[in-house]
Amino acid sequence: MTQILKTGKELDALREKLKKQRESVKQTITICGGTGCHGYGCQKVIDAFRQELASRKLEKEVELRVSGCHGFCERGPLALLAPSGIFYQRIDVADVPAIIEKTVMKGELIDKLLYVLEDGKKAAHEKEVPFYARQNRLVFANNQRINADSIEDYIAVGGYAALPKALAMKPEAVIDEVKKAGLRGRGGGGFPTGRKWETVRKAQPGEKRYVICNADEGDPGAYMDRSLLEGNPHSVIEGMVIGAYAIGANEGYIYVRNEYPLAVKNARIALDKAREMGLIGKNILGSGFDFDIIISRGGGAFVCGESTALMASLEGKIGEPRAKYIHTAEYGLWNKPSCLNNVETWANVPMIINNGSEWYSKIGTATSKGTKIFSVVGKIKNTGLVEVPMGVKLREIIFDMGGGIPNGKKFKAVQTGGPSGGCIPESLLDLPVDFDELTKAGSMMGSGGLIVMDENTCMVDIARYFTEFLSEESCGKCVPCREGVRHMLEILNRICKGEGKAGDVELLEEMSEAITDASLCALGGTAPNPVLSTIRYFRNEYDAHILEKRCPAGACKALINYSVIDKNCTGCTACARVCPTQAAVATDKPAQGAIKGKVNPKLKMHKIIDEKCIRCNMCFEACKYDAVQIK
Amino acid sequence: MMLIPENEVLKQELKGVAERYDNKRSALMPMLQMVQSRHSRISEFAMQVIADMLDIHPVEVHGVVSFYSFLNSEPKGRFIIRLCRTISCSMQNKDRVARQLENDLGIEFGQTTGDGKFTLEWTNCLGHCDEGPALLVNDKIHVKLTPEKVHDILEECRSTFGLHAAQKKEGGNH
Repeated sequence: MTQILKTGKELDALREKLKKQRESVKQTITICGGTGCHGYGCQKVIDAFRQELASRKLEKEVELRVSGCHGFCERGPLALLAPSGIFYQRIDVADVPAIIEKTVMKGELIDKLLYVLEDGKKAAHEKEVPFYARQNRLVFANNQRINADSIEDYIAVGGYAALPKALAMKPEAVIDEVKKAGLRGRGGGGFPTGRKWETVRKAQPGEKRYVICNADEGDPGAYMDRSLLEGNPHSVIEGMVIGAYAIGANEGYIYVRNEYPLAVKNARIALDKAREMGLIGKNILGSGFDFDIIISRGGGAFVCGESTALMASLEGKIGEPRAKYIHTAEYGLWNKPSCLNNVETWANVPMIINNGSEWYSKIGTATSKGTKIFSVVGKIKNTGLVEVPMGVKLREIIFDMGGGIPNGKKFKAVQTGGPSGGCIPESLLDLPVDFDELTKAGSMMGSGGLIVMDENTCMVDIARYFTEFLSEESCGKCVPCREGVRHMLEILNRICKGEGKAGDVELLEEMSEAITDASLCALGGTAPNPVLSTIRYFRNEYDAHILEKRCPAGACKALINYSVIDKNCTGCTACARVCPTQAAVATDKPAQGAIKGKVNPKLKMHKIIDEKCIRCNMCFEACKYDAVQIK
Repeated sequence: MMLIPENEVLKQELKGVAERYDNKRSALMPMLQMVQSRHSRISEFAMQVIADMLDIHPVEVHGVVSFYSFLNSEPKGRFIIRLCRTISCSMQNKDRVARQLENDLGIEFGQTTGDGKFTLEWTNCLGHCDEGPALLVNDKIHVKLTPEKVHDILEECRSTFGLHAAQKKEGGNH
């Protein structure tokens, strides 16, 4: 039977009870049930644990918890043992009996499941792993302590503690606290959250108002909002209830992308549970304050992440943005004052109320407070989510936590801020990451996606990719974005095909200026950023494509040829076997390359027939003797 | 059991959703999504019914259907496969997976197989950038794809087309 909570005291009592229950269990095994680990087969590991515990009759003493994403998706499936704090990675079903037998029952470590540090030593605890050690997990902290389906877990670890505290305060005081904390919107723009709340509260007195959670996380390379909503939906809900109380709203929406089925499911379960317990709904905790949340699924349009387009979509209209001189804080959803914040922003709110603005404002830099979650993806060793205080250097994120570039390749650039951001070259890696510094470098914070590129990534191709993305996702309402971006894409396509003309770069720059100035919304206004920033830092690559018809990174298919280096070819036939178009074939000549120091002249040297080659790169990857070259 | 024409069933279902939103326009997206998920397309008949219920012009409904990529008026396959074409998936050999899909299904992106079972489409970021390439089969996500895995995924889909499933489908179309 679910208990309906009528006062804050009842909530506290329940928390104490749940805490005791948690403590009475001698040991817990927390397994990451994030989608990343699912990809590695964590479900089988979970089932194996369950079986093993049942067969040893340990179910009462050892609790098995399936949590949300731990962030270190590269090394899944992951398990965290409490209270010992032992951290195991890359667990296989076959390891399960040993973990129970040795670690859980005897406290012994299993060597092969430990994370190996760079110096060859092994790390037994999470905090010894560099990926975790450098992070400051505040928003993400609970992701690995709770089961996403369980409101009890969230309450036990201190969840919904901020809610009664906020409800006991005056709404203005709540806004003041958020203002003093210096929280800024995590969705990209970085607008001060407290100021937004204040505007919404004061706008159109007496009218209905709304709070909205923007979970339409469309930036390529960013997925922290998905992880939060999947792993700890209650933190977002709690933030929204507090926000709604502060601005005086009784109705809220969570707008989730259709591409995130699990986030929709978990958020829905969380809302039902919160409603059952009286944490949303009528007369929340006896305060007389009513508030409920509806989940709304998007239709697969990137532009709906823009605030006005999102509201149009909620109203059942086409997701087209409108001009920004009318602020949504004053005239938003159904022309009523609306407070729209991103998932991560909402999840920050309970923390501020719990610990106070003074505590919060000590984290971060002068103008950007708190922590920010980044998703580090692309050509990097440890892909995953990292939460760091604002002001950390990009170099630290990429090289210390991310572990640098794999396969001994050289770092070239990092794209921050998704399609509205820009590429940052190596020379600027010591830039502290905060809202203002990144804007100065010609990029932006965006939602926090970091796409790392190595020497084999062509910067013109990257600019082309983002421009293509934006030209497809342009809603088509205003001409500069609809037509301008399309024309920029045509120019970039031409350059990548080796048909670039002198003056193309200048033309791109000129068009960018017009698009930036004349577009209606931020999507169009920032659309030229990827092109502008790559021109700014990698002009030489554009010139190589246009003037020399050459792709220095060897990525643009029209500008490269595959060939065999005769003296390296051993005649092993690996390239011929993988080639899908029979472009890699044997010749009559004997092979010259040596296998294990021996040349076998019976084997035939291979060649690549250029007319048949589709530049799929399979032969290059298949060749073990560096005999295939790209020129 | 009484036989009710399919169109009537659809009307009843839609009515339920519309009422939950007080027959306001904000019901439009949930109604469309419901029709889409049950019938894998939004027919002109459904659009007209929705327009009548919400008291808006059918053209507006059609406009919304054509704007969002997850809604479609033309029939699509039973399984809609959406491969992520984001840059991070591209960096992890998305092209090879794409080619495998095209070869196995014998169609190109944007097309539906002749038997109406599969539709192949591109999608933008699925938010699994750390474990790409990723694809979505209807509501189910698959990550860390390789050409070999493509085969398994397609087989898994095909296996739901047993004799029983086929009979049920024919029965519904009388």
